[in-house]
Amino acid sequence: MNPETEFPLQQVLDENGKLVGDRSQVTDDELKDFYRWLVLLRTLDQRAWNLQRQGRIGTYAPFSGQEAAQIGAAAALNKGDWLCPSYRDWGALIYAGVPLYYPFLNAMGNPVSGKIPDDVNALPVQVVIAAQILHSVGLAWSSKLQNQNRVAIPFFGDGATSQGDFHEALNLAAVVKAPVVFVCQNNQWAISVPISRQMNTKTIAQRALAYDIEGVRVDGNDIIAMYQTLKQMVAHARSGAGPVLVEAVTYRLGAHTTADDPTRYRESEEAERLARREPISRLKTYLQEAGLLSEEDIQRVDEEAKADVEDAVKKAEQYPKMAPESFFDNVYETMTDPLKKQRGQFQASLAQGGVTHG
Amino acid sequence: MANMTMIQAITQAMGLAMERDERVLVLGEDVGKNGGVFRATDGLWERFGAERVVDTPLAESSIVGSSVGLAIGGMRPIAEIQFLGFIYETMDQIGSQASRIRFRSLGRYHVPLVIRAPFGGGVRTPEIHSDSLEAFFAHTPGIKVVIPSTPYQAKGLLLSAIKDPDPVIYLEPMRLYRSFREEVPDDWYELPIGKARIVREGTDVTLVAWGPMVPVAQAAAESALQDGISVEVIDVCTVNPFDSATIVQSVQKTGRAVVVHEAVRSGGFGAEVAATIQEGAFLSLEAPVLRVTGYDTPFPVPSVEDYWLPDASRVLAALRQTVGY
Ligand SMILES: Cc1ncc(C[n+]2csc(CCOP(=O)(O)OP(=O)(O)O)c2C)c(N)n1
Ligand SMILES: [Mg+2]
Repeated sequence: MNPETEFPLQQVLDENGKLVGDRSQVTDDELKDFYRWLVLLRTLDQRAWNLQRQGRIGTYAPFSGQEAAQIGAAAALNKGDWLCPSYRDWGALIYAGVPLYYPFLNAMGNPVSGKIPDDVNALPVQVVIAAQILHSVGLAWSSKLQNQNRVAIPFFGDGATSQGDFHEALNLAAVVKAPVVFVCQNNQWAISVPISRQMNTKTIAQRALAYDIEGVRVDGNDIIAMYQTLKQMVAHARSGAGPVLVEAVTYRLGAHTTADDPTRYRESEEAERLARREPISRLKTYLQEAGLLSEEDIQRVDEEAKADVEDAVKKAEQYPKMAPESFFDNVYETMTDPLKKQRGQFQASLAQGGVTHG
Repeated sequence: MANMTMIQAITQAMGLAMERDERVLVLGEDVGKNGGVFRATDGLWERFGAERVVDTPLAESSIVGSSVGLAIGGMRPIAEIQFLGFIYETMDQIGSQASRIRFRSLGRYHVPLVIRAPFGGGVRTPEIHSDSLEAFFAHTPGIKVVIPSTPYQAKGLLLSAIKDPDPVIYLEPMRLYRSFREEVPDDWYELPIGKARIVREGTDVTLVAWGPMVPVAQAAAESALQDGISVEVIDVCTVNPFDSATIVQSVQKTGRAVVVHEAVRSGGFGAEVAATIQEGAFLSLEAPVLRVTGYDTPFPVPSVEDYWLPDASRVLAALRQTVGY
């Protein structure tokens, strides 16, 4: 078997913005809206990077380059479907309805960023690699058991496919036919480890064979291919036909996090070459050539994105600071007696500027 | 001799061990070309090559589980877990495997494995990265748990850990990695595992700490002098096996004890220390043994972690309380 021909890269828009496939499942208006989203999220991500460099927020994991993979997948879900993100998936979360200022709050160490609005079915971001993949199986399974007709999408990286949790999730979902669309954003790197050292397989999609589930490899920087393929895969999962593994081939344009220095381990030649495949410029070119996006539109989208992001920065910076003693909250539904005692001591010490123990 | 940070001392110890013994290899996530996310393995990949400084796939259970096999098979693996919080991924391989191979095989096999992991707060990390989990492993027979608090200690204890015939979990206080330098001999030297260290002598209270809390304890002891309280500070160095004799002897002299740890309070290793003191020095005690610890909550977000972490003022208050009892 040649995995690369068995799991051909689904592409509709090539890196130069040329249409190379069928785009019949996406309307012009949807495309223009995707463009707006891509620009908004890129603006947000770059602003976060700058804020960290200015010392206004803490550690942040940028997603520049991966916007199309995240939006394309999130857009294929229905209201009520589940989204299980990693730390890098703010794009998907925001598209699903999480406030634009949440990633800033998160990087400022404000736990409010974990409180997902009631009308959004998503889990908070979590950092333990691959754990959320199993959660998505449970969520989809619970939907099946309760006839809720919900699909779940976990987002995870190429590195996450090495964890046992990934394999356990695929196997279990296949056995119980849980409606999960596993979306791996293969951004080529797990911090400093390239996929060539992460796995021996040519593709991630081919792992589907081992579990006898549907697998597909998509150009994750092509929002049209992402959206159309994901629509199809979500429908497949929703129909009860079992889970699907999607490999979204993308690239991490920036550092792993603000604490990382990629010049230590990757060639700038590679970064420059793969940066040309990033998702925004190709859609922009296509829309311009199709007469769907004018210079004025471009400018307006840029300006709106900047304004929205500045507003989000302001909201985050003006957000009430967390009261110190609130770290005692939400450990249990009802605070236990030992915790109450500890909180009392803590509050007394705060009030007195001294401390008591006992 | 060179003046160096703790992380440099750790890197140097691994380099020395790899030079001396071809069986020693380092494996973990990002330990190769990148030199580790904290640069603990900086330069080792260049010196010893990718066969001995191995970037593994991203799977902690496979790092530790395969290290168990490597160790049984005659190698001397040093496995790095990128942050101690991720060690939960390996609990079976540590708790049910590495710790029991000798016992299970009646001594036919043993596991000379070192698991290194950075831990502790004060560096504003994301969730899970700051957790102090030493008590889990103090509760695991068959495992040794070593926690250095200075560059000199770090090197000598790591070299002992690498030579040790049994699995050693070696916990590195993240906030001490680069917080100060001290003179460290260039050559090989070993410091005993299972032996506590008197950091400062005193007569009124015994203050027991380890890892990141040792400098905090020292600062509190210094302030206590102004109250006329003479504090004996003991660095436990190894929480498993625990050197109860040094602590008991000290409390027999001082009659009072305070234990400080960053980990959450309930079921923390401080409880073991307190129990040991009352077993060994009951008649010397002038006051109950007090604990200054993290609270019984998950490690909080960076914006409030300083409130959560024990600091010198909390330790000082406990010292005053025990003296005033
Ligand atoms: C269980 C666990 N081990 C290690 C880490 C440290 N870590 C954070 S991100 C990362 C690499 C993840 O790579 P990948 O899955 O490809 O996702 P990406 O960061 O590229 O989005 C590592 C090793 C972690 N967060 N969780
Ligand atoms: Mg990756």
